Amino acid sequence: MEKKIGTKKSFLNIKDMTDTNLLLSITIIVFFLMYIGAMIFLGEGFLKSQTFFNILNDQSALIIVSCGMSLVMITGGIDISVGGMAALISMSCAVLLDMKGGSLVGSMGLAILIGLAFGLVQGYLVAFLDIQPFIVSLAGMFFARGMTTIVNTAPFNVANESFVALKNTRLNIPGVGSVNKNGDFVNAYVEIGVIVALLVVIVMFVVLRWTKLGRNFYAVGGNKQSALMLGINVKLTKFLSHMICSFLAGIAGYVYFMHVGSGSASHASGAEMNAIASSIIGGTMLTGGVGNIIGTMFGTLSLATIQNIVTSAGLDEAWWTGITNAAMLCLFLVIQSVIMAQRKKAQVG
Amino acid sequence: MSKTSVNTNESFFKKMIHSQIFIPIAALLLLTLFNLIWDPSFFKINIGPDASGNQVLSGYIITILDNASELVILAIGMTLVTAASGGQDISVGAAIAIAGSVILRVLCGSDSRSTELQAPIIVAFIIACVVAMLFGAFNGVLVAYFKIQPMVATLILFTAGRSIAAWINNNELPIVTDVSLSYYGNFIPGIPIPTPVFIAIICVIIIMLVLKFTTLGLYTQSVGINEKSSRLNGLNPELIKLLTFVILGLCVAVAGLIKVGRFSTINYSVIAKDIEMDAILAVALGGNALGGGKFNMMASVLGAYVIQYLTTTLYKLKVSSDALSAYKAIVVILLVVLSAPIVREKLAKLGKKLKKKEA
Amino acid sequence: MRNKILLEMKNIYKTFGTVKALQDVQFKLAEGEVHALMGENGAGKSTLIKVLTGVYSKDEGEVILDGKAVAIHSPQDAQKVGISTVYQEITLCPNLSVAENMYIGRGSGVGQNWKKMNSDAKKILESLDIPAKPSQQLGSCSIAVQQMVAIARAVDMDCKVLILDEPTSSLDEQEVEKLFKLMRDLKSRGVGIIFVTHFLEQVYEVCDMITVLRDGKFVGEYEIADLPRIKLVSTMLGKDLDDLSDIKVDSATYDGNDKDDKRIEAFSLVSDAGIQPFDFYIKKGEVNGFTGLLGSGRSECVRAIYGADRVLGGNVKVNGQDAKISKPINAMKKGIAYLPEDRKIDGIVGDLSVRDNIVLALQVLKGFFKPISKAEAYKFADEYIKLLEIKTASADTPIKSLSGGNQQKCILARWLLTNPEYLILDEPTRGIDVGTKVEIQKLVLKLAGEGMSITFISSETDEMLRTCSRLIVMRDRKVVGELSGDDLTQGKIMETIAGGEGKDE
Repeated sequence: MEKKIGTKKSFLNIKDMTDTNLLLSITIIVFFLMYIGAMIFLGEGFLKSQTFFNILNDQSALIIVSCGMSLVMITGGIDISVGGMAALISMSCAVLLDMKGGSLVGSMGLAILIGLAFGLVQGYLVAFLDIQPFIVSLAGMFFARGMTTIVNTAPFNVANESFVALKNTRLNIPGVGSVNKNGDFVNAYVEIGVIVALLVVIVMFVVLRWTKLGRNFYAVGGNKQSALMLGINVKLTKFLSHMICSFLAGIAGYVYFMHVGSGSASHASGAEMNAIASSIIGGTMLTGGVGNIIGTMFGTLSLATIQNIVTSAGLDEAWWTGITNAAMLCLFLVIQSVIMAQRKKAQVG
Repeated sequence: MSKTSVNTNESFFKKMIHSQIFIPIAALLLLTLFNLIWDPSFFKINIGPDASGNQVLSGYIITILDNASELVILAIGMTLVTAASGGQDISVGAAIAIAGSVILRVLCGSDSRSTELQAPIIVAFIIACVVAMLFGAFNGVLVAYFKIQPMVATLILFTAGRSIAAWINNNELPIVTDVSLSYYGNFIPGIPIPTPVFIAIICVIIIMLVLKFTTLGLYTQSVGINEKSSRLNGLNPELIKLLTFVILGLCVAVAGLIKVGRFSTINYSVIAKDIEMDAILAVALGGNALGGGKFNMMASVLGAYVIQYLTTTLYKLKVSSDALSAYKAIVVILLVVLSAPIVREKLAKLGKKLKKKEA
Repeated sequence: MRNKILLEMKNIYKTFGTVKALQDVQFKLAEGEVHALMGENGAGKSTLIKVLTGVYSKDEGEVILDGKAVAIHSPQDAQKVGISTVYQEITLCPNLSVAENMYIGRGSGVGQNWKKMNSDAKKILESLDIPAKPSQQLGSCSIAVQQMVAIARAVDMDCKVLILDEPTSSLDEQEVEKLFKLMRDLKSRGVGIIFVTHFLEQVYEVCDMITVLRDGKFVGEYEIADLPRIKLVSTMLGKDLDDLSDIKVDSATYDGNDKDDKRIEAFSLVSDAGIQPFDFYIKKGEVNGFTGLLGSGRSECVRAIYGADRVLGGNVKVNGQDAKISKPINAMKKGIAYLPEDRKIDGIVGDLSVRDNIVLALQVLKGFFKPISKAEAYKFADEYIKLLEIKTASADTPIKSLSGGNQQKCILARWLLTNPEYLILDEPTRGIDVGTKVEIQKLVLKLAGEGMSITFISSETDEMLRTCSRLIVMRDRKVVGELSGDDLTQGKIMETIAGGEGKDE
């Protein structure tokens, strides 16, 4: 899908590409270069297909969160409460499942409900009372983190049988896998969360690209005032962007919960920053109006790949993760900034 | 938000309500009123010997003034950065970890348990200032010259900062046993008021003097409102943005000194955690637009004290430190909602209606 | 004979804070009528239009469309009832494609059919002769093309009422012609058009009726034949105007001993804004000007002299001495001042007060460590508010709440305060009412009489003829000629611009 919208055409005519498509192409190219580079130079792990699917398994929640984050950023806002929400959801669901009569469906409903509640309040404050989204979601983050410890202070694992069964469900990918030491073929697998994440990516991509509502998000992010004059309901559009973002954070919270299988106040710490970083690496601009969901997915994968590379290169001291992540972000930002500046110059001349 | 009403007919009270500094003052009064009703002993100040035998003041008010110091100092720099660049620096907490780490590294030398100071504190502080200003300049260059949005640009240092801090000391936790470092974070013998209070006040006075005797205020606001036009008026917007980030770097170094002074050691992942959020909140509570442009420094400073006031009040109410943030969030949202222009307009209309009915 | 009344606005009131923007304003528009809405800056034209399109909500009054009272609370509502609008400032989204900008916010349904949208857009763009591709990002088009796209969008919307709020200020003559043809087409289809402009010729070219507003009040509604140009101007101003004619004669020319000294000289100057290298000079007390079509490089030339764009080559002499001007501050220190073409983007600092805006340039010249005291700043501001008759509540009012003309006067005040030797005025009168225009022209001649050198750029040739004693003609980003003395006529200028004879004197 990504090829169709970007890379193929891009080399022929970079100048005519929209900002969104140009940045998207860069992200995808860099991701593949990086991964292929890792395969060549580090070999081993990266040659196994399961390594890639493990990245997917680990990052599915982050991909979902980042989709929501990209949407809000495209609309010109930001939501830093998503990490806190994920923690609150995993803790609440864990407590619910631990109670007598706590059902799987109930916990899922609870996750969605928490997401929607956050979206409702934050969206209303941002869109209709015109309060800065940074402040609103900052408060949202504080609230979610605080509430998590109020719900339950100590972290604990969930023992609910049906949940554990769901958590451990592995979907084998036919025909893909590797041969282990004993010479047996081991099928590569993904967790359920990955399917959910891919569904979210596809739905969000379709919404943003092929619906009128989707284009409205871009318009509002590009120029709020103009969007209003063009007859778009700016407030409603902003509200919806926060609503959807929080809803996705709700789903992501549950996917995260399924992945880790426990509740803890320190879960998903820094997830909001990772989501923002993924979106940016994926070509979304914080100024609004530019971005693409496919890019966001690749942004998340790029970040995770870099971390894998660092670990397999033997640099496993704690600080390396922070520093490489930052270096990666820095690199992308500078590349984007330089390219955009060049483009502007080209347009003038 | 920055509506300075010029109508002379308006009463002093009305002017107050419209002025920017009204929000933090109102918040201060509300909190005070609440504490007066709940438990007036909140305002009691005692004098007595501390752990090292000095006669010092103690009480919640002193705690507030003391603990707010770092926040006040950061709020100064954050206000300038916000005004000039229309964004916020979210790396200040991580940068404090770096500055603190540098101070300890210089003081302890290569031996993390050395009993003697390897260098005078002033030297360590100056080196920390230089380092923090360099990191500030790094942020500033990304923002000003590469035109990256501040929050995103500083996300880099936010991600890497604490790792860098750990790396400076080889991931060891140096402890300074010499008591003179603790003077900066606690008390100087013979003076009953905590030193950070003085440091904060000195910083506020300095920035006020700078704003009065230089054109920093006009330049930052002008650049924040209209960069192109500022350039055509002979300003160098890039340089001014960079300058604000460097100033914030200096603030970070001072805050770092206070932080390590308090504990004589450092914990890289915990030191000044989440302080960036509080500093941004201080700016916002001061009624300054986070989108840049006009600012009111005193309002930001008051905003910082309000936040600490709130924190201390909640502690007093036996809210656990983990759950604290939930309550803080509710109060913050209430304050922001009440100060939102749309809400204020509606309230004003409502007030008018009620008056009409009476008449 | 007037057609059926299509739109009626009755007794409209609107206040902003304490300012009464509209008081008891009436407006009637018939089917198939082009109706000019005229008035000075701050007369309330834009406010009336924004009330009609739902951007502002009115305090009192009614809007009747097709005989029915309608409530319009947002631009969306306006679109729904068949009112479409082209605003003075471009109100499109630069990050979207041309086609998207034409179709967003319209029509029903959920899906976005790119193919159909692009092909529909292509048809319209072609029919209107707009040089843009449907899939092109709007931000990469020139301002004029963007404005044409906005017009194309409005026209395509099957509207009953079309509002054109100063759509022509960034268009060149050909494009204006295209627009007029379009307006006549729509008119014959029964669409009522409200046309706001500052170009009087345009009013008389296409309009049927004129409604005049003054100080937020309704002055009158006239048939075009009943209101000749001079009468229109005096109605707008509320006083008779005698000085529209030749103001050059009245004012003294500079007669100092050094009147033949060259103030500024530039040799093969070139900047990164894409102009050919050019030579230039101006004498003391002279008023000269750059003329040429929009986009011919007039502004780019003066921007190069001022150091606003990056200078790539050439050198500049100020008062006979070599000067290195690479950024605006260098130019300012040499006594050069530049009033930019786009006051909203390059001129005003919106949220700052009128006072801060006026002292800004002087303050920068004085330097970082020498702030102008508040008292002094007030003194300067009040002086110029009085001198230039700037209409503002006080010196503390944020400049963005002033009308366009008054903002322009503030910027002018800012530069006059620095007491420059050489003043560059790039379109100082664009979007400004006639009264202020003449004031500014007079001021220019007066300052020149006192020895200031001034370069004056304007899209209106008659204005240039009235003020300048020498014109530099540009075409396709190149200086193609210079006219002075008896050559200063409309015909000769047109000829040179078009590229006939009279090349390179």
